[in-house]
Amino acid sequence: MSQISIKAVKKVFQKTEVIHGVDVEIEAGEFVVILGPSGCGKSTLLRMIAGLEDISGGEIAIGGKVVNQLEPRERGCAMVFQNYALYPHMTVRQNIGYALKVARVPKAEREARVLKVAQAVSLEPYLDRRPAELSGGQRQRVAMARAMVREPKVFLFDEPFSNLDAKLRVAMRAEVRNLHRSLGVTSVFVTHDQTEAMTLADRLIVMNSGYVEQVGRPSEVYHHPASLFVADFIGSPAMNLVRGFFGEDGYFRHGKGGMLNLPDLAKAHLSREVSIGIRPELVRRVDASHKDAIAAVVDYTEELGASRLVYARVDGSPIIAVDDGNNALGTGMPVHFAMSESDIHVFDHTTGRRADHAGRPVRATDSVSA
Amino acid sequence: MIERSPFFDAVTYAVMIIGLAMVIFPFWVVIVAASQSLHEVSRVPIALWPSDQLWVNLAEAWDRGGLGTKMTNSFIVAVGVTVGKITLAAMSAFAIVFFTFRARMVCFWLIFITLMLPLEVRIVPTYAIAANALLPFQTILDTVGITWLVQQVSGFQIALNWNLLNSYTGLILPLVATATGTFLYRQFFMTIPDELAEASKMDGASAMRFFWDVLIPLSRTNMLALATIMFVSSWNQYLWPLLITTDRANFGTAVMQLRFLIPTMNGTPDWNVTMAGALIIMLPPLLVVALMQRWFVRGLISRDK
Amino acid sequence: MERRAVYRNKVLPWMLLGPQLILVLVFFYWPTSQALYWAFTLEQPWGGGNLWAGLDNFLYIFRDNRYWGTVLRSAFYAMCTTGLSMLVALTLASFVDRALKGTKIFQSVFIWPYAIAAPAAGVAFRFIFSPEAGLVGGINEIWPGIWDPSTNGIQALGMVIICHAWLGIGYNFVFFLAALQMIPRSISEAGAMDGARPLQRMFDLQLPLIAPTAFFLLIMNIISSFTDSFGLIDTMTEGGPVGQTEVMVYKIYVDGFKGLDYSGAAAQSIVLMLLVIGLTFIQFKWVERRVHYN
Repeated sequence: MSQISIKAVKKVFQKTEVIHGVDVEIEAGEFVVILGPSGCGKSTLLRMIAGLEDISGGEIAIGGKVVNQLEPRERGCAMVFQNYALYPHMTVRQNIGYALKVARVPKAEREARVLKVAQAVSLEPYLDRRPAELSGGQRQRVAMARAMVREPKVFLFDEPFSNLDAKLRVAMRAEVRNLHRSLGVTSVFVTHDQTEAMTLADRLIVMNSGYVEQVGRPSEVYHHPASLFVADFIGSPAMNLVRGFFGEDGYFRHGKGGMLNLPDLAKAHLSREVSIGIRPELVRRVDASHKDAIAAVVDYTEELGASRLVYARVDGSPIIAVDDGNNALGTGMPVHFAMSESDIHVFDHTTGRRADHAGRPVRATDSVSA
Repeated sequence: MIERSPFFDAVTYAVMIIGLAMVIFPFWVVIVAASQSLHEVSRVPIALWPSDQLWVNLAEAWDRGGLGTKMTNSFIVAVGVTVGKITLAAMSAFAIVFFTFRARMVCFWLIFITLMLPLEVRIVPTYAIAANALLPFQTILDTVGITWLVQQVSGFQIALNWNLLNSYTGLILPLVATATGTFLYRQFFMTIPDELAEASKMDGASAMRFFWDVLIPLSRTNMLALATIMFVSSWNQYLWPLLITTDRANFGTAVMQLRFLIPTMNGTPDWNVTMAGALIIMLPPLLVVALMQRWFVRGLISRDK
Repeated sequence: MERRAVYRNKVLPWMLLGPQLILVLVFFYWPTSQALYWAFTLEQPWGGGNLWAGLDNFLYIFRDNRYWGTVLRSAFYAMCTTGLSMLVALTLASFVDRALKGTKIFQSVFIWPYAIAAPAAGVAFRFIFSPEAGLVGGINEIWPGIWDPSTNGIQALGMVIICHAWLGIGYNFVFFLAALQMIPRSISEAGAMDGARPLQRMFDLQLPLIAPTAFFLLIMNIISSFTDSFGLIDTMTEGGPVGQTEVMVYKIYVDGFKGLDYSGAAAQSIVLMLLVIGLTFIQFKWVERRVHYN
């Protein structure tokens, strides 16, 4: 049985629908990350699970019980807020213990539980300080401890690391991952940072303007993006995407007279208006003599240390490749690339959906079973 | 700081000292006159240096003005207005800022329009209400026909009457009935981030719990600021107490009493006693302003802006 | 003012608002509507309810020269007290704003007048200006009879105005200083880099930037000259000599409570209310356009 079940959930703000019918099942103990650009509705969805936002349509069930009409306190969720939302006038101890105090947990038990949680996130020395006297990372920990102390059925995280610096963020990521491993509580984590999403998630939910684009394990989402949006959004540098159509001669035509020999794909997607895409790291730099060599002209390069990104142009269409060779490339120099046909993704241009090799579009709500 | 020339600094101090003299002169005159004997205070020109009669004059003013009772009354009124206003202001601002209900904006405007008209401006009609504070309700009952109905059914004539003349409630309630404090609280509540309320919801706290455990402790500074200005302004009320109190011996306030300490046309010009009385009466609010200046200034600025 | 984190409850907000709403109804809306009722009716001398009088009460006061005298006097009073008090307060505030050593002491004393009840200041100034006493009255020793506010209306009015202006210093000072301190130092420094001397900076940079505060204070001072003047006049001159220090609030009090002419006093109250509402309204309109700097 799934822990959180979201069925046809909609959200309307003052007559504007911002979430258009979301269906997701979240298994018990899973760590699910909702990923999307700002304004895609990911936080709203999380807040609907929490009970901070009304559900305009559809239903949400937690542990098999429909919670649409329940108050936040009756849902068994705990939440970590983006700006932590610590009570500024209470000490760390009081902040963490507040939910227990409200729930009339006896004082002795309360103390013990606060202490236990504080130890788990190494906050013990700071219990009598106020939030203003803590560093960003420590406040973050208090926010987490406050969520943990109630031993909730579900943890909700609303972009909790967005106020931390890069280094601390990596550390907190590991900490959250470890906590999840040891507590095993179902968690829903909202972020717009794809690295955070990829590293934390058991499963990813990619959202865009109120729709779920794809649900799947991080590697599936990366390697089999279900839509143009996901292909473009996930991965850095972004996937190379180019618009065009396949001809009967087995060539893909794009840009200003560009031709790519892709006979297998051409057979499957004959004369369809499509976008094709390939990950930069799968574009290989080859010698001019290579049999499938595609000639390009370098625009510029970006040195990354271990490798470099080559920004180039093939018949007027831009392309990015990862080059780990040693010989440097200058602007305007000719360069040659090769790619395997099997690494190429094809997307229907009108629907924006994936048109896989068999030509069957993948539906957004398909949850790829693990 | 730029332009630190010694000359400009000297000008600055000179202006500030002149200002100080201007501001402090009346206080000085009060203290000087209050410490002189009748003979000294009547001398022309007067010596602007304190003499040794301060305690005598203070005691005399205290007796003559009946200031024991009056100061107590003033305290009761000032504290009553302060506490009442803070309580009501916090409650209604909480309702207006944190609740959604249909009449919210109507209530907001109903309360805030009262900021427009100070008590002095509507003194005549407000005075009329003091004779029977329940008159509005009586009128409503009469108009709707409930009075008639009840009389027909039970033979009992509804006659609501609550006379506020010569009572603490009469002195206090009309001063509580304005929106200044509500406005201050509303401003403050608007700065509370949404997440704090949400976090408390997630922690299982009800609305009232959030009010008590989070909002009230957080607004302590504002409360103190509001308390200082409310205390000072209600202590200094003059026109309203003057009107509503006919039994001056028992319900008069200290500030009201000032007028009766002024020497009469043909009486002894014992200004020394008058000034001693003024000194006693102006002291409590002056202490509040001088000692709680930080809170006071903050409250003043956030209330009026 | 829209919030996301709101509570929904049918009863609770009404319980929270109830006490305040009742008080406001009883002590604000009811009396104000009563004033309207009285202003448009006339009480019959032998009882029997009020007679509809239409605009008669208003016409009556508008035809009364003594009333217009009071209105003009109030305007003059408002202008003088406001101008004097704001000028002194602004001067003090701009020098205090230089934050030299020891300024804190001056700063706290400059606020003191705000703590003083108008009647208390009235009593003190009455003594200071008393023709028999040895302060201002000392001048009578040199030129006998030259100073006597109890018979000279101009002197009496001047004395009340000075006292009122003194009372307002504290309030104006607090706001001017706060406004000056809110201006980022860098603006003054940029002005200095551009070669402006302190006085020029004052006029070119600081004054324009605190203009909104000055405007706010202007309105507040005018309103206060209508309201707070009562305590002063009642303790200093009781409106005399022969009504020459009577301003609008004082006349309402005299007509309503001494003359027991409720209808006339109510009509005067309505006029005063409209004036104050008008001023407040201008104030609100202005607030919307107020400049903000971080």
